[in-house]
Amino acid sequence: MDSETLLARITDYANRPHPYPLYAELREAGPVVRQADGSHLVGTYHEIAALLHDPRMSADPRTRGEVTRKPPFLRLDDPEHHRLRTLAMRPFGPPHSPGRVDAMRGEIDRITKELTGPFEAGRQIDVVDDFAYPLPVTVICRLLGVPREDEPLFRAWSDALVAAADVRPEEDTTETDEAGDQARGEMGGYLVNLAEQRRGRPGDDMLSAFVNEPDPALRLTQEELAETAVLLLIAGHETTVNLITNGVLTLLRHPEHLDHLRREPGLLPRAVEELLRYEPPVHMRERIPHADIDVAGTKIPQGASVVLVLASGNRDPLRFPDPDRFDPTRPDNQHLGFGSGIHLCYGAPLARIEAQAALGALIPHLGTARLVQDPPPYRQNAMLRGPRHLPVQL
Amino acid sequence: MRTVVDLTRCQGYAQCVFLAPKMFELHGEEGLLYATAVPDDQVERVRQAAAACPVQAILLGEKVSGGAR
Amino acid sequence: MPGDLTDGRIVIVGASLAGLRAAEALREKGFTGSLTVVGDEPHPPYDRPPLSKQVLLGRATADTTELPMRRDPEAEWRLGVRATGLDPLAKRVTLDDGESLPYDRLLIATGTRARPWPNPEEAALDGVFTLRTREDAAGLAERMAAGPRRVLVIGGGFTGSEIASACRELGLDVTVTERGPAPLVGALGGTLSKLAAVMQRNHGVDLRTGVTVTALRGNGSFTGAELSDGSRVDADVCVAALGAIRNVEWLADSGLAAGPRGIACDAGCRAFNMYGIVTDDIFVAGDVSRFPHPLFGYQMLSLEHWGNAVEQAEVAAHNMVSPGPLRRPHLAIPTFWSTQFGLNIKSVGVPTFSDHVVIAQGSLEARRLAMAYGYQGRVTAAVTVDMAKSLDYYRHLIETAAPFPPPPGAQDRAIAADIPIPSDVPDPKGLSHGPTVALTGYLPDRRLTVV
Repeated sequence: MDSETLLARITDYANRPHPYPLYAELREAGPVVRQADGSHLVGTYHEIAALLHDPRMSADPRTRGEVTRKPPFLRLDDPEHHRLRTLAMRPFGPPHSPGRVDAMRGEIDRITKELTGPFEAGRQIDVVDDFAYPLPVTVICRLLGVPREDEPLFRAWSDALVAAADVRPEEDTTETDEAGDQARGEMGGYLVNLAEQRRGRPGDDMLSAFVNEPDPALRLTQEELAETAVLLLIAGHETTVNLITNGVLTLLRHPEHLDHLRREPGLLPRAVEELLRYEPPVHMRERIPHADIDVAGTKIPQGASVVLVLASGNRDPLRFPDPDRFDPTRPDNQHLGFGSGIHLCYGAPLARIEAQAALGALIPHLGTARLVQDPPPYRQNAMLRGPRHLPVQL
Repeated sequence: MRTVVDLTRCQGYAQCVFLAPKMFELHGEEGLLYATAVPDDQVERVRQAAAACPVQAILLGEKVSGGAR
Repeated sequence: MPGDLTDGRIVIVGASLAGLRAAEALREKGFTGSLTVVGDEPHPPYDRPPLSKQVLLGRATADTTELPMRRDPEAEWRLGVRATGLDPLAKRVTLDDGESLPYDRLLIATGTRARPWPNPEEAALDGVFTLRTREDAAGLAERMAAGPRRVLVIGGGFTGSEIASACRELGLDVTVTERGPAPLVGALGGTLSKLAAVMQRNHGVDLRTGVTVTALRGNGSFTGAELSDGSRVDADVCVAALGAIRNVEWLADSGLAAGPRGIACDAGCRAFNMYGIVTDDIFVAGDVSRFPHPLFGYQMLSLEHWGNAVEQAEVAAHNMVSPGPLRRPHLAIPTFWSTQFGLNIKSVGVPTFSDHVVIAQGSLEARRLAMAYGYQGRVTAAVTVDMAKSLDYYRHLIETAAPFPPPPGAQDRAIAADIPIPSDVPDPKGLSHGPTVALTGYLPDRRLTVV
């Protein structure tokens, strides 16, 4: 059956601009669709949501028998996941630092104003390079305490790491995996070094908070600090750039909604939620069952790779009426854009504030704007899907 | 404006606390306390919190008025 | 008008959570007729859970917990007026202001009230409280803010424990008395009640179990209480947290199956009369109802749960405006939460409908766990402590009558996850507080007296 090749077709770069018909095919063939390589695809909303809350589903690649060093909390299971995520949360969010992200609103607004300053009517801009990439990079650098001017340095590491983390069936991944490991090591070393410079001389950044934690029980080890800092720096911008760019692309494709938002900016928070459903920045997550499990009548063996296609669940007509319609006023929008369960996106609140600020600042410049290229050129990555460039004529 | 959180649905994701820290508060690691009365200068933040809630548990609205006799 | 269910006269008796949500849902589902909501309290519908939490802690005031509307139900609100009787033949509700309201369909959502301290003279002492209404909470919060020497809480159920938690958070000395062996034992069974006792004591609560309060003392103002073990507690404030009484007295002559456990109704929220015959124009929702549930042996359940009030009100409203074949059953799985001593306790299913439990994930030592409850080899309930994101998984096990203990492979799996221990749910008669979930059995509440 063709359904055995679905994952290969989804990850095929040629299908990057239009994966949604493949997701419809997946749901039709589902809920659980076995692939030729032994992995399982799940693309229906209710099954994905249940698996994201199922404590038998592991996020840890070592559950598959893979021999690797201990991953960051994104790919750990409880109780270790809980311990590390809670420690990483202390300088970032509640209960320890509830006002931290809210307090960044002013600065985020200032950065977006600076970036949109030169956007004059008649000019052609690249939404990615001129706006959607620099904003989250500047914000996460500020938050973590990483010099903004080091961006070319960590951009290369980040590219290698993100490539290694992608879903790549039927492909020899040895080389990218090795490059990813090397980048992870170098980037970790770089960030630990930055943190060490702040030991005893703390700034108001997160690296300072991590190394200056007075309670030994609440301190990260050097390895944990490296893994956590790498994760936060990468996740802090690689996904938000897609959210903002996908947002601009979607609004330019739906001028009536662009117009609606220009007249009613109060609708922006809900529009961002709808973007997270309609064009999410993260399309897939992998899980591995700790035991044989049964999903809607299909047995998935222990240790198998289960790919949860979040972006497909977001378009499931059994959950969302008229799912292929972009509707910023959609009620009951319980999307999977940030995942769900214990691994729900750590940086979700920051991404939301950045996306709201970014779109809010850009919308006034999009009055007569048009897409220069539709579909735009996409990045290679199938899991973190978004345009590489988005040329727009203002 | 008034707000109520359906704590039956709440799973402690705390997105509301991030977005409106003056209105929502974690009690321990997971329990949620919230201000029931929303002053005008917090309405926009509570709206953001309601939109962001992963389990759509936050309701912001007017209290019942009129018709009482 | 028979035939057109979206028109006619609907009366809702009860202007709290269930009454409000039902009124909104009726309009949502297209009801265009006249809608009247009667409530004995003078306030528009307000939320009660914050009264034992935010309000006592001073984070919100008691007069700000009005419930926000999802939509304006365009109802006539008769507030501060008590329903005194029901004539189902004439289809009229009589009110204490002498008026009587005609209806085509009636929804009863009169809820519960706090069970008062049984000795009226002692209950009238200044400083003695119950906690159910906005006025109760305002009065108690004021006393707590004034810094009393000690607060005595009678009853170690959820309300009593939350009050004790608020007292400690405010730095007040507090004594909790509970006739049973531990707090929350009636709701959660033996194992978790031991955790609850440890949490109370670790937070400095003077917890006295296995005792009752025999008398409240004071000359005008409360000064202390005598305990059954011969000891005495000196305190300035006393809260009787003894559970709830269902507001059914006004139905005594109605012929409905209304008793101390509530008003019996079918899965479609239609009230039974005292002969066990279902009515078709009288519906029941919220704490005052008692309804059969297929997952719990079709026993009649009475729940004092926020979520149940909302869900049952919506089902009742739907059925009030839908012809027979389009009606829906109220099958929601009971869900409950409580925040106390910094822990978030959530329950799904009916923990008292159990013979054994296992700690499925986490541990008592970590104060973070999921406990599964089983009855005759299937999962019937789960309780999480600071692990709410797992609750949906256990709900699914309950809904599918999954084998107990739960299947292997859960992360953070407890060492003893395969070793069931008795659930140790005591007879509610031996407790100070009434249950918030009661399996009320198959039998009617009161015998039919043939005159």
